[in-house]
Formats: sequence, structure tokens, C-alpha cells
Amino acid sequence: MKAEEYQEQRFEVAGWPVNVSTYRLGNQWHAKADNVSPGAALCRTTGATRDEAEKKALQRAEELLGKTRRHPV
Amino acid sequence: MAEYAHPEVLVSTEWVAAHAKDPNVRIAEVDVDTKAYEEGHVPGAIGWAWNTQLCDTVRRDILSQQQFEELMSASGVTPETTLVIYGDNNNWFAAWAFWQAKIYGHSDVRLMNGGRKKWLAEGRELSTDVPSVQRTTYRAKLADLSLRAFLPQVQEASARHAAALVDVRSPQEFTGEILAPPGLPETCQRGGHIPGARNIPWGKACNDDGTFKSAEELRKLYGSEGVDGSKPVIAYCRIGERSSHTWFVLKYLLGFDKATNYDGSWTEWGNLVGAPVERGAAAGAARG
Repeated sequence: MKAEEYQEQRFEVAGWPVNVSTYRLGNQWHAKADNVSPGAALCRTTGATRDEAEKKALQRAEELLGKTRRHPV
Repeated sequence: MAEYAHPEVLVSTEWVAAHAKDPNVRIAEVDVDTKAYEEGHVPGAIGWAWNTQLCDTVRRDILSQQQFEELMSASGVTPETTLVIYGDNNNWFAAWAFWQAKIYGHSDVRLMNGGRKKWLAEGRELSTDVPSVQRTTYRAKLADLSLRAFLPQVQEASARHAAALVDVRSPQEFTGEILAPPGLPETCQRGGHIPGARNIPWGKACNDDGTFKSAEELRKLYGSEGVDGSKPVIAYCRIGERSSHTWFVLKYLLGFDKATNYDGSWTEWGNLVGAPVERGAAAGAARG
């Protein structure tokens, strides 16, 4: 088994940059979202297609990032 | 890799592909997301969970000597084993494991340059099999605490500038705009940074493919903030794993012998009653 069609794409989610890496393992697509700065992993998802795995990752990322509080500096 | 101060602590993905099944080599994957290993890993690699196997789960601490010995024994590692560690997030927790292995005196421990990300992107072979290993009886050395910074040393460094403080968190964590990386739980009462610290985010040490930048680029990166190895340097982040990555860079790639990792990090400092906190951008230029 190998990761195939590996790809990374940037999005903006809930006001934060998000990097989503996607790849296929056998028949299943995998996605991993991170928050770019500092690059912490937010979630991993799977799907039957790249789009499906990516959409799930972005939805979960939005749930998590929406809870992030900004404080005045 | 020859330009680094200690190139022997890094191996390439090609090297791992060729040597993963050598009898004296043990490959271990350590991820931020502990499910990643189950999805598929370097064939023959064992998996360590940072939150249960690489820390004391009762008190907040790294592994005790006994716990480290148990982990190595259960992993089939002997003191002569070449231990190669890799993981996700460009080796965040792989560096955390590397740091503890060095604290307990394991002589031949290395990171796979580029980590899990590079292995995946290169389309290399993955396995979901968990290898069976033959248990050993591992005897660790006494903890080398010269690799670890504790609160009193950090307080001294902040108050008297005896050591350079490198905050490797994101700029927004450093200024106090956010209390944790976006999307992660807040673990501190106050935001900001330790007075006197310079902000050099960990990721600046990496290329897009997850590998480390060249020694020349790294020297420029840290040197531009006054961190040149001429005095001790203490790296910190939120819980100590990102800073173990920077500690690895400073100590092994740049050869700054007096580099330490403050694993108490902002989760300790940002919860201390009465601790001085600086907010906003770093004050003034790097101190000499």
C-alpha cells in the first residue's frame, strides 16, 4: 500500500488559514487538516472521494477554529 | 546533511526505506494525532503514543528512567540499537521522543528528515501491520538534565539575560492574541510570552517538504535574532514538543552545546501566579 495522489491545499476557515493534505490509500481517500501557524493537526477524515474527505476535514476544522478566542493585545 | 554540526542524527527517507528491516535498526513513529500510525506506517515501524507512552500520565513530567527503560524494552530496543524516529507535523513529537532518548543516554538515535509527510508525499510503501518485537532488558543511563530547562533556570534567564530565550510558538501566541494554537484547547490563564524572549516559530526551520533547512539558512534565521550559540539558549513553546524540535535544530544541526528545552513551557509560565508576562511584540533588540 502506498499513499497516492498526495496533494496539499490552502483554505481560509473561520478566519484562519488551514492546510489540507489529501491522498488515497487503496480505495479510500484520507484528509488531514492543520492550522498552518503553528501547523498543529486539527483533524483526520476519510471519504470515498477526495472531495468528500476534504469537505469533512474542512467542516471539522471550522467547528474547532470557530471556538478560538482572539484577545486584544 | 554534511554541513550540519552533527549530521549523523538525521537520516533520509531513502535511508529508512533501505534499512528499516535491518536487525539493529528500530523505526518508531510518533504522531500528534495518534491515529495516524494505524492508517499506515513505514513497514516494520512501531508506534508510540506521545500522550500515554512518552510522558508520565499521573504527574506532569517526562518519562522516569524506569518508564523509559520499560518503553525501550517493550519496543525491542537495546542500547546498541539504531533508533530512528519520525512522525507527523514535521516530526514535532518525534523530536520530543528524540529529546527523551538523549536525556536517558541512548547513543544512536536519529530523526527521519521530513517525517511522515515526506514519506507519504513520495508515495513510499505503507503498512498497517504492527510488528512483533522481541522484548529486551534495556538499562538507561541516569537522566542528563543538562538537556532540560526547569522553571528556576528560565526565571534566571529572563531576569538576568544569562541565556537566550527562544519562544517557538506562532506570532499570535507570542503576542497574547490567542492562548493556544487555533482550534486547540486553551491551557493557560494568561497570554503573552516570557519577558526577554525572541519569537522564532519552529516551522521557520523547515522547508515545504518537511525537511530541515540548510545549516547556513538556520544560522541566519537564529543569528538574526541574536541566537548564535555564544551563550546558553532555552527553547520553549506551549507544552514542550515544538520546542524539542527547535532544541534539536539548535543542538544537533547548529551545534549549540548549551541548548536546552523548557518543557514546562507556556503552560507552566502562563499559569504561574505572579509571573511577569510580556504582551505584544518582543521588546527591544536581541540582548547580547
